[in-house]
Amino acid sequence: MAMIRPLSAPGPDLPVPVSRLSARSRNPAVRGLQRMTTAIRSNRKATWGFVLLVLFCLVSAFPWVLAHDDPSAMIYPVSLGPSAHHLLGTTGLGQDMFAQLIWGARPVLLIAFGVGLGATGIAVLIGVAAAYLGGWWDAVLNLVVDVLLVIPLFPLLIIIAGYLHSAGTLVMIAVITFTGWSYTARQLRSQALSLRNRDFLEAARVRGERRLYIVVVEIIPTMTSLIVASFLTNALYAVLFSTSLQFIGLGDPTVVSWGTMLRSAENNEAFQTGQALWIIAPGLCIVGLGAAFALLNYAFDEIGNPALRPLRRARVKRSG
Amino acid sequence: MRFALRRLGFFLLTLWAALTLNFVLPRLMPGNPAVAMIAKFKGGVSPQALKALETQFGVQTHQSLISQYGSYVGNMATGKFGVSLSQYPASVGHIVMDAIPWTLGLVGITTIFAFLLGTGIGILGAWRRGGLLDSIMPPTFVITSVIPYFWLGLVLILIFGVQLKWLPYFFSYDYTLTPSFSLSFIGNVIEHAILPAVTLLITTIGTWILTMRNTMITTLAEDYVRMARAKGLPSRRIMLDYAARNAILPNLTGFAMSLGFVLGGAILIEYVFNYQGVGYWLLAAVDNEDYPLMQALFLLITVAVLVAILISDIATAVLDPRTRDAG
Repeated sequence: MAMIRPLSAPGPDLPVPVSRLSARSRNPAVRGLQRMTTAIRSNRKATWGFVLLVLFCLVSAFPWVLAHDDPSAMIYPVSLGPSAHHLLGTTGLGQDMFAQLIWGARPVLLIAFGVGLGATGIAVLIGVAAAYLGGWWDAVLNLVVDVLLVIPLFPLLIIIAGYLHSAGTLVMIAVITFTGWSYTARQLRSQALSLRNRDFLEAARVRGERRLYIVVVEIIPTMTSLIVASFLTNALYAVLFSTSLQFIGLGDPTVVSWGTMLRSAENNEAFQTGQALWIIAPGLCIVGLGAAFALLNYAFDEIGNPALRPLRRARVKRSG
Repeated sequence: MRFALRRLGFFLLTLWAALTLNFVLPRLMPGNPAVAMIAKFKGGVSPQALKALETQFGVQTHQSLISQYGSYVGNMATGKFGVSLSQYPASVGHIVMDAIPWTLGLVGITTIFAFLLGTGIGILGAWRRGGLLDSIMPPTFVITSVIPYFWLGLVLILIFGVQLKWLPYFFSYDYTLTPSFSLSFIGNVIEHAILPAVTLLITTIGTWILTMRNTMITTLAEDYVRMARAKGLPSRRIMLDYAARNAILPNLTGFAMSLGFVLGGAILIEYVFNYQGVGYWLLAAVDNEDYPLMQALFLLITVAVLVAILISDIATAVLDPRTRDAG
């Protein structure tokens, strides 16, 4: 659960010679996305992360293709082993475990994307506004970010969820979004600060563009890489936090999800009754989805900081 | 001096924010949850305690919000956290004091160990750039650091506790024993700490390895490292005295901060292993709707983080004069 915090945030997508790109777009946002596509194709970690993420998205979009049973119906004999009828067997409550696993992907991905988009949206808004407006605004917004940053997030989430009793998917998204945006806001602010005195912004100001136009059309598109990285960070946090909250019983128990599966497995003493799969399978799914976000993030970090990239073995020599 | 004052100001501001969160949250929630709590414990606690609770959570009082807030802050400042409802009549302060040593011992020692071990592996990996260790390290530890604590704990319980029966996995010592400073009791405590400590070690070490590796790689490209090589110094000396020594500085700040997160850092591990530390009690309080205990523990966890940040800020300022102006 410890997070890999990227040491160096990806740099701004300003003119950087990028080989292998056949046609470079003038639009910095498009250029940023093109760079990422190249990254996914050329960096093995990014490829793996991307493939995993797409797989999980497909499963959660079309769960009925893979799982034909109703995931919450308790209609089967309890604690069956894996068989052709029940690929992973049944739970101690008589549900089909495979169906639970497949349908359980949906709430987790909803929370990941909901928080990823929501928290990144707030972070962009606050981070860029603070950096661009400067002065008094920057001081106040920065202070808010600093304070939020040091209040321990998971204990705070536990307390809020504890007051709310069983938090459903939407409540979960809202709570994690509003508590979790500060870390990425800080990163976005420092990058926006480094852009503030660039010539192309000066040009826009001289042209007499409005502030909102400058922020939305000129600044934000140049930060595409970092915004995507923020999304990945926030989504990863959301996966880990929401499944943890569900595991300790602070989620809505009627939602079929990996976290609630683990909760009922623990409550029904799955280990003592020889039901190891009930605990292992949902956990592996959480690790898989988390790894997808983390690998993509780490790969983009390597792209932003070429020194970190893996060396080709053949070229290794001790120079100097 | 101005720097220290500014950091102290930030410390107080954040402390105030955490205090206020504790005050505001139950009052913000739909249908003040404290009402249900008080109804649940009515009759179980003394009338004075009930009255104090009602004041603490703003139920059935005729005080204005502002005067409620005033007496709340006064109580917190003088350490009056109230009684615990689930452990009645034990006071909240008493439970908290009992819980702290267990968490400090388990999580604190493991955090120090994870930092030392992880930093060492990171140094070696970066030094042997392109070697076997360096090429498998990043993907492996990116993945270990996303494993949920609680799940790894469960899997280790399954393997080493239930299947192999090698290690105990419940509570912090065998509770047929009476706590004492005898060797056998201490041995028992250590035995009970192994599984939770290993869980924490596996899930946290990746971050230390990767951050150390990445700063070390940047440092290795510096001119003074090249200079040291040109002088023909032994490579052990270049690695440790020239590169690692400089690369470790930014990580020390991270380490100081993580010591602050020790109290609230392993909540789920304590939960899974029923290890009666701060995190275990926090979840027990949430589960039993014991809000006074819950609030006190949240405050404690936050204060620990704040103190660690304050100390690390001042230490960095003493060690590195450049940060005094920049901060």
